[in-house]
Amino acid sequence: MTADAAARAPVPDRRGPDRSGPVSGSPVRGTVGTATERLQRLLALVPYVMSRNAVGMAETAAAFGVTERELVDDLNLLWCVELRSPDPYCPIDLSYEGGEIVVSEAEAIGRPLRLGVDEACALLIALRMLADLKLPSISDGSALSRTIAKLESAAGSAAGPSAQVAVHSDGSVQSAAAVVTDALNRGKRLHISYYVPGRDEATERDVDPMRLLAVEGRSYLEGWCRRADDVRLFRLDRILGIEILDVACDVPASAEHVDVDHGLFRPSPQDVLVEFELSPAGRWVAEYYPCELVEELAEGRLRIRLRTPDTQWVRRLALRLGEDGRVVAPPELASQVITDAMAALDHYA
Amino acid sequence: MSRRKTERLLSLVVCLLSARRYLTATQIREAVPGYPESFDAFKRMFERDKDELRELGIPLETGTNAPGDEEYGYRISRQAYELPEITLEADEVAVLGLAARVWRRAELAGAAEGALLKLRAAGIEAEDLSQPGIEPRVRTPEAAFGPLWEAVRDRRPVSFSYRAAGRSTAQLRRLEPWGVVNRRGRWYVAGRDLDRDAERVFRLSRIDGQVAFTGPAGSVVVPPGTDVRAAVRDWDQEQPVARTCRLRIRAGAGYGLRRHAISIQPDQESGWDEAELNFADTGWWSEHVASFGADVVVLEPSDLRDAVIRQLKGVLA
Repeated sequence: MTADAAARAPVPDRRGPDRSGPVSGSPVRGTVGTATERLQRLLALVPYVMSRNAVGMAETAAAFGVTERELVDDLNLLWCVELRSPDPYCPIDLSYEGGEIVVSEAEAIGRPLRLGVDEACALLIALRMLADLKLPSISDGSALSRTIAKLESAAGSAAGPSAQVAVHSDGSVQSAAAVVTDALNRGKRLHISYYVPGRDEATERDVDPMRLLAVEGRSYLEGWCRRADDVRLFRLDRILGIEILDVACDVPASAEHVDVDHGLFRPSPQDVLVEFELSPAGRWVAEYYPCELVEELAEGRLRIRLRTPDTQWVRRLALRLGEDGRVVAPPELASQVITDAMAALDHYA
Repeated sequence: MSRRKTERLLSLVVCLLSARRYLTATQIREAVPGYPESFDAFKRMFERDKDELRELGIPLETGTNAPGDEEYGYRISRQAYELPEITLEADEVAVLGLAARVWRRAELAGAAEGALLKLRAAGIEAEDLSQPGIEPRVRTPEAAFGPLWEAVRDRRPVSFSYRAAGRSTAQLRRLEPWGVVNRRGRWYVAGRDLDRDAERVFRLSRIDGQVAFTGPAGSVVVPPGTDVRAAVRDWDQEQPVARTCRLRIRAGAGYGLRRHAISIQPDQESGWDEAELNFADTGWWSEHVASFGADVVVLEPSDLRDAVIRQLKGVLA
């Protein structure tokens, strides 16, 4: 350690008697996460600063998801590292005077640790999923394939298992995706002809596009539907026709994005609560639709409850299930299903 | 306590990375502050430290500096430790930012963040550079995803209780997993079923309870040329088109069928159209046709007609 460094770095003398005690007058705090998590952060922090020559405290704290106070504690810890043999020396020298971090000496840990298998694979699986989506705005050019190649090369053998995980995407919607992206980029309204399977209807709507979602291999247009006067999701493979209108996109300020992290379709408390009893052959219903209740009955049968704004959809599901599923509640809906089946059978009489 | 441990582990990493040769346990104890006085206590703590470093992916090597050296030593090879040089163009950083968001709140979210942190540490500026207007996601609500990914990654056989479609009871299945695939939003695992000695595909949502590892890492051999995507696709895909049916569809209804019709003959007077469609599986197709209720009538073939009638009568049963 040089005298110059000591003058720059506002930390106590690291050879001082109380080096394991409180630092810089700040209380000893429980740092974020476990000792090994913190070690990972420290091993990334040094190269993060070195690769940028000098970097601001606030920016660095934000990049690592810690407070500036925790960052100061990290920097002090790094600066305090001392090896005793063969001769005592301090391998890391840094300062953070004036809110700017400079690492002047840290040769041993100047580069980040290699990517682990999970790390490399998480990114590669995601990148290949994006490539499989073939969305025009990110597939134009070769950025995806170049990034995949560079990551594979940097990750080395850690990239191997990523080949054993794949997320299939629906590749049949590229033309609709291209039109949606074009409308988003140009800020234009869309007119779509949209098939609603639950109601067996083809509907015509004007939609102000908000985002293109690609969730679990399916693509959706999220937009302000001028027919519903609300935010709606439209599955691209159910769009029968799409055109860009010469009208500026006009999404109300009150429009809220759909929360893509908690499942796209969440029931609302106003929806009708429907109860089904399913035979073993009808159990798939519990897998396909989000249920509020799934209860095992005897012999592999299930009782489920789900909420839906659309009882038409439930009636069609009940006809599809036949003897494999029965609407138990609400009773009006159960008797409506019986009426539907009898009306259909009349054609065969 | 935690801070001291971090200091000790950090010093250990710096010490072993700086060493140009293997250091014995004794040399390490002399160099790295923070170990206890008693040699036995030191050994125990050092063993735990080594395990923790390896769990972080730090390549801790053991060996000797010269043939005939009696005591093994330790080092971390710079080359094995360091992330190789990587630079990304602006458009590459943008897709990387998008990729890092894919797992958000799903199984590998932490791993994706860890990777991004290391790439930032390598000088890449990937500050939430997402493409405006595009949100890609994959979700892993199935509890079996985590253990099956580990099994695939580490090449370990597994066993689990599985409830096949239409079965009332679960069965214990033993599997050498080859890969995990998401198709139409659902996760599947493909591999060799050890009891049937054949390739099988399982849906993760039908796995009951825990997935158990039944063998050591590295003991599963994935046959060369295995394409797990294709295996799951073939398993999931409908059978090839086999037959044609004629349906009467009420005018203004049955869009779900009209979309796939080969031909539609409108009949203005009756208010019904006549359509021809291809289908493969009579069971599935009769359920689908029945779901349109009184808007669709099967004209032929007769076995499909009978199946739809049975289906509708089932509702009344």
